[in-house]
Amino acid sequence: MTESSRGGKPQSKTMGETITLGKALNHGLRRALEDDPKVIIMGEDVGKLGGVFRITDGLQKDFGDDRVIDTPLAESGIVGTAVGLAIRGYRPVCEIQFDGFVFPAYNQIVAQVAKMFYRSLGNVRLPIVIRIPFGGGIGAVEHHSESPEALFAHVPGLKVVTCSSSADAYMMIRQAVASDDPIVFFEPKRRYWEKGEVDLDADLGQAFPLHQARVAREGTDATVLAYGPMVRTALDAAIAAAEDGRNLEVIDLRSLSPLDMETVYRSVRRTGRAVVVHEAPGNLGLGAELAARITEECFYSLEAPVLRVTGYDIPYPAARVEEDFLPDLDRVLDAVDRSFGW
Amino acid sequence: MANGEREVGADAPAGGFVQLLTPDGERVDSVTTTDGMTYSVDFTDEEYRELYRDLVTVRRLDAEATALQRQGELGIWASLLGQEAAQVGSGRALRKQDMAFPTYREHGVLYTRGIDPIMPFGLFRGVDQGGWDPHEFKFNTYTIVIGSQTLHATGYAMGITMDGKTGTPDGEAVIAYFGDGATSQGDVNEAFVWSGVFNSPIVFFCQNNQYAISEPLERQTRIPLYRRAAGYGFPGIRIDGNDVLASYAVTRAALDQARNGQGPSLIEAYTYRMGAHTSSDDPTRYRIASEVESWKAKDPIARVRAFLTKQQVADETFFAEVDDTAKKLALDLRERVLAMPDPEPVTMFDNVYPHGSPEIDAQRASFERYHATFEGSGH
Ligand SMILES: Cc1ncc(C[n+]2csc(CCOP(=O)(O)OP(=O)(O)O)c2C)c(N)n1
Ligand SMILES: [Mg+2]
Repeated sequence: MTESSRGGKPQSKTMGETITLGKALNHGLRRALEDDPKVIIMGEDVGKLGGVFRITDGLQKDFGDDRVIDTPLAESGIVGTAVGLAIRGYRPVCEIQFDGFVFPAYNQIVAQVAKMFYRSLGNVRLPIVIRIPFGGGIGAVEHHSESPEALFAHVPGLKVVTCSSSADAYMMIRQAVASDDPIVFFEPKRRYWEKGEVDLDADLGQAFPLHQARVAREGTDATVLAYGPMVRTALDAAIAAAEDGRNLEVIDLRSLSPLDMETVYRSVRRTGRAVVVHEAPGNLGLGAELAARITEECFYSLEAPVLRVTGYDIPYPAARVEEDFLPDLDRVLDAVDRSFGW
Repeated sequence: MANGEREVGADAPAGGFVQLLTPDGERVDSVTTTDGMTYSVDFTDEEYRELYRDLVTVRRLDAEATALQRQGELGIWASLLGQEAAQVGSGRALRKQDMAFPTYREHGVLYTRGIDPIMPFGLFRGVDQGGWDPHEFKFNTYTIVIGSQTLHATGYAMGITMDGKTGTPDGEAVIAYFGDGATSQGDVNEAFVWSGVFNSPIVFFCQNNQYAISEPLERQTRIPLYRRAAGYGFPGIRIDGNDVLASYAVTRAALDQARNGQGPSLIEAYTYRMGAHTSSDDPTRYRIASEVESWKAKDPIARVRAFLTKQQVADETFFAEVDDTAKKLALDLRERVLAMPDPEPVTMFDNVYPHGSPEIDAQRASFERYHATFEGSGH
């Protein structure tokens, strides 16, 4: 361990710094490494390079290459060894370089990470965080723009979260690392460069609960449910809708498993309308689960069926047409119109 | 040892390698390995000149692609700079009936297969996902998920055996390309196991360019990569990956062994990635300039040119003509890339299933209806 990692606050801390979402994650990981010597970071190119998105920039330099580990190029190895390290008492934070490259590790995640606590009758905790930059909109080639969150949220034993702002990025990554649950942490890669205010001095104790949804914008006429990269899209749609005299409430789900349905029900019972937005294909996606639960719980409050705005049920298309694949402001407004037209 | 013959390991990185043309352009007549294999080439002057032309051409096309990317005409580019000899030599060693499984960097191999070099540009420009017909060219689609293609190649090779297409002079063989980083993947190790167990007609061609993005070779292995083969029960050999003659000779022999029913082998082409990993990468963050400089002295093209000059097989007029022709090809490529149309958005619903799907049809129809509502509204 190097000097700088031995506690003591970095000098740069001030209230309410405005930083990018990517930088907020970087600060959050730094804090996690400072707060607990058992926290380690492992992944491809996370060390010297600081990750292909620079989320771990400078961390190896400051915490040493035994805590920020450039691994061999093998995702099953990254997660599989993280399991062993966790059994041994470490708290690994694994980076998967892109969404489309998590699948070599899928076996370890689904068959081992998710089940170890259950199998061991609660004796073995795996406080592992698996960070995955996800989603499209960056003009990339195949496998670099996918939204596989439902494939993880569907698995009992895993928790799945995603952030949409710098402030949440900073706190949520710290909360995830501090949690004893295995957590798949999806990062909205196309929002890495968007800036927001972050309180770098915030204590974990005062943090907004990790698995709670947040009302990102209060409204009265319809509820738009979004997460990760689509929160910004939903907020933009709400601004546009306001010009037409419609007051949309936007909820940032934040936790995809477990879902904080109480926050959702409260909103939908008030507005009577719900639109779910995600980039992932609609078929069996988060929207399907949300629509089912809202229908079960809020049936008599609903003025219209729950509608979904999602990616299509096709492989992620070529970059030059991805804007037509991804939900955008117009498609969200179109769904809101349809809800009102019911 | 006869004059001009050298035992592998004489002047090589740890483990030795097969080299038939030194960085200074000196020919080594033949190389005999410790297991008794002798490698040499027997090219006519014209064949030497054409190899040189291949090398220059693929480098020039690659430079054009890099420029196109910088100008925003490609989303990304994975340059082959420095790896021309490994690719041209092994690519030219393939016989017509042989099948290649590339990564995302094998533009040089693609070129030697006689394929229009524009073929992968759809992928890098973002107008498609790399779509072509592998059967037409005996060249599979580019594979981005590291290591996957080695298993596909193994399966294809198993099929060759099942079809009775080994052990005959017109037998078929497969070559699977991958990098040093890929050797850590489970898929690659499983491919080694499978091809060994089923004695499949396959050559594993690993371009060890010393890096997997930022990670140096030592992050993937503690023994020379070619020696991994021994553990799986087939021959492994290291070649000077910047020597087009070694690349040709050794790949040719390995493919012929495979097609004759002698099973798999692993070739480690010891080379260097002279450029960035891709256009998104900044190599100054993880490697020093002097390392790159030292590899410049081992340039794969300069040594062929030196050899041709010394042997008086080619002169300045020839070299100038090769440069000129390569430039014309590059400019033609540029023009055609710029003219590549964006796909019609609705085509994203095509080719999801061979038998189609009523759900996809419904989504396509609703997509078209939705877009029709914007017609004339400036959207
Ligand atoms: C399964 C998987 N994980 C991660 C990546 C991201 N990635 C793309 S290229 C690369 C390095 C590959 O190194 P190597 O195999 O040596 O081939 P090279 O690029 O050097 O030719 C990585 C990690 C990927 N494409 N696939
Ligand atoms: Mg490499």
